[in-house]
Amino acid sequence: MVKDAVNTAKLLFVFAIAMFGFGYALVPLYDVFCEVVGINGKTGQISESTAIAGEIDTNRLVTVEFDTNVNTALPWSFKAEQYKKQVHPGEIAEMMFVAHNTSDRAIVGRAVPSVAPAQASLFFNKTECFCFTEQVLEPGERKEMPVKFVVDAELPDKITMMTLSYTFFEVPEAERVETASKNRIIDNNKS
Amino acid sequence: MSEAVIHDDHHDHDHKPTGIGRWLFSTNHKDIGTMYMVFALIMFFIGGAMALVIRAELFQPGLQYVDPQFFNSMTTVHALVMIFGAVMPAGVGLANWMIPIMIGAPDMAMPRMNNMSFWILPFAFTLLLSTFFMQGGAPAGGWTMYPPLVLQLGDALPFLIFAVHFLGVSSIMGAINIIATVFNMRAPGMTFMRLPLFVWTWIITAFLLIASMPVLAGAVTMLLTDAYFGTSFFNAAGGGDPVLFQHIFWFFGHPEVYILVLPSFGIISQIIPTFSRKPLFGYASMVYATAAIAFLSFFVWAHHMFTVGMPLTGELFFMYATMSIAVPTGVKIFNWMATMWRGSMTFETPMLFSIGVLFMFSIGGFTGVMMGITPVDFQYHDTYFIVAHFHYVLVPGIIYGIFAGVYYWLPKWTGNMYDEKLGKLHFWTSTISVNVLFFPMHFLGLAGMPRRIPDYNVQFTDWNQVASVGGFAFGLSQLILVWVVIKCVRGGEKATDQVWEGAHGLEWTLSSPPPFHSFTTPPQVTDATAHS
Repeated sequence: MVKDAVNTAKLLFVFAIAMFGFGYALVPLYDVFCEVVGINGKTGQISESTAIAGEIDTNRLVTVEFDTNVNTALPWSFKAEQYKKQVHPGEIAEMMFVAHNTSDRAIVGRAVPSVAPAQASLFFNKTECFCFTEQVLEPGERKEMPVKFVVDAELPDKITMMTLSYTFFEVPEAERVETASKNRIIDNNKS
Repeated sequence: MSEAVIHDDHHDHDHKPTGIGRWLFSTNHKDIGTMYMVFALIMFFIGGAMALVIRAELFQPGLQYVDPQFFNSMTTVHALVMIFGAVMPAGVGLANWMIPIMIGAPDMAMPRMNNMSFWILPFAFTLLLSTFFMQGGAPAGGWTMYPPLVLQLGDALPFLIFAVHFLGVSSIMGAINIIATVFNMRAPGMTFMRLPLFVWTWIITAFLLIASMPVLAGAVTMLLTDAYFGTSFFNAAGGGDPVLFQHIFWFFGHPEVYILVLPSFGIISQIIPTFSRKPLFGYASMVYATAAIAFLSFFVWAHHMFTVGMPLTGELFFMYATMSIAVPTGVKIFNWMATMWRGSMTFETPMLFSIGVLFMFSIGGFTGVMMGITPVDFQYHDTYFIVAHFHYVLVPGIIYGIFAGVYYWLPKWTGNMYDEKLGKLHFWTSTISVNVLFFPMHFLGLAGMPRRIPDYNVQFTDWNQVASVGGFAFGLSQLILVWVVIKCVRGGEKATDQVWEGAHGLEWTLSSPPPFHSFTTPPQVTDATAHS
């Protein structure tokens, strides 16, 4: 009887430890889920050749607005060249963003993108973006960074306007090595 | 107390250990149960005192007695103390005391682990409550510990996180012990479908604990590494997402709600048949409804966060899933009503508290259904309406269930009848004051008063004053309970073995109080002697 009870308890301990692991498994699951349903500003990244191959819908124009934010802890200024741009769904468009390090130290920053409305983010893809990698700005440096994007021709007619928003954060010291290796992986995939 | 005496105990089972060692090294389920109950009572008063600070501050608009940071600590630590210090230990304490003698077992399956799971609690709460004396103050970002706010906490953050870890370990060990006991140590003839419903609700609660507490432990570990080891689970700058924490937290948090309430459901399922002098209506459906509630509780978590900007499909899914829990809960409510239907009812204190649960848990249940409706939740979210809702389910729902259990089994534990007049007085003062306390909060919430704010618009003054008066009256009423318990422990009319005329089940075949080691030879259980 006691031996059976010990076995039951062992099984339950294993279950408890597995559930601890499940808590951690929710982290990648959450990212995958957001990517699949295209929410949380997790916009798609496609190659330039795929983008060119797509069909262009010249019958309508969609307004893309550009919103730029800087986290209060980061001493940068960050602006888009224009506040908005009209594009045909399917065509590759480009917008230039300018970041300026106003401090007297070199800083590594990372931009976190988000597209609103959430429904539109499913149809918003980028072929080139400064948000794919970390950006290093020397003291006082001003850097122009292009974003190339395509609004999918499948975009529902009722969506006529969308907003692409970026927030720049300083990358904490401890993060950098890890992200640098991540970026290398992304670069390898591209080539 | 010398070591020799402890050593002797292992050989001489009729001898009861004495002195402080009896409690420190206890492996006896009854003693550990008693310690859990006493600990829960102390925590109930500590948490209650914090609630009274909140109600005193909210008696008038403007800032009166405490500064806002301390007020926020009060709301945060009140919740942590009441949930993890009062309600959960009280539930585990009742389980410890009653489950072995309800299933005809000599003790819990792992007596030493039982000792450990209790003695972790005082350490955990020393960690948590010591934060009041620290630089930066006690946790003040809400008991839900949402980042990034919680990460701004000063020295208290690691203490909060390790306290939660300890509490998690304690309750997981308690849960494992309960399942191991019930699965392996039932008396001959005590089949699963003959188990008393209190035992059934505890098996299901224990599974919920084992499945959900580790997830909370994971979430707070992520907070810890985010704060001190440079990870970015919830830090947008590092590619993380603060909303992710809310998802993980509530994946634990919603089952936690049922961890708190199911034992109380079990208690009143024992009491209502006893005082209606009828068997429980729909025993099997009660078991299945409890299991269904537990299963569904893992698929409704996002109803706590409808306003974070989920896609419509997600909101609809969580809305319908939430509504569906009302079905098994309704089954239980109607079964209790059917049990009372045409019964020979008498209204002793345990029965009064059980009927109180039935009425007032339903009030909280209905406002819960209201808030499960996504579009209207946008109005109720983070207002006093939610405060009214969860206090109706927690206080006159869950804590009344625990009170009912205490009154019901107190004569069994002590061998003496408690003072029935004082018990009834406790019930009526509590019931009147708890409604004066929480009912006006519905109006405040609908009018738009936000929760967790020490100040409010003058238009909310009247109902806040009513609520504060109710709060102090409710707090004072609980002193009656302490008096009843002390009086009953010290003496009183001797209780019979059966105690209550309509009581059935193994615990009532033992003497009152039961011997230190009960059921050394297992009893034979038949349909006639099984659950009431």
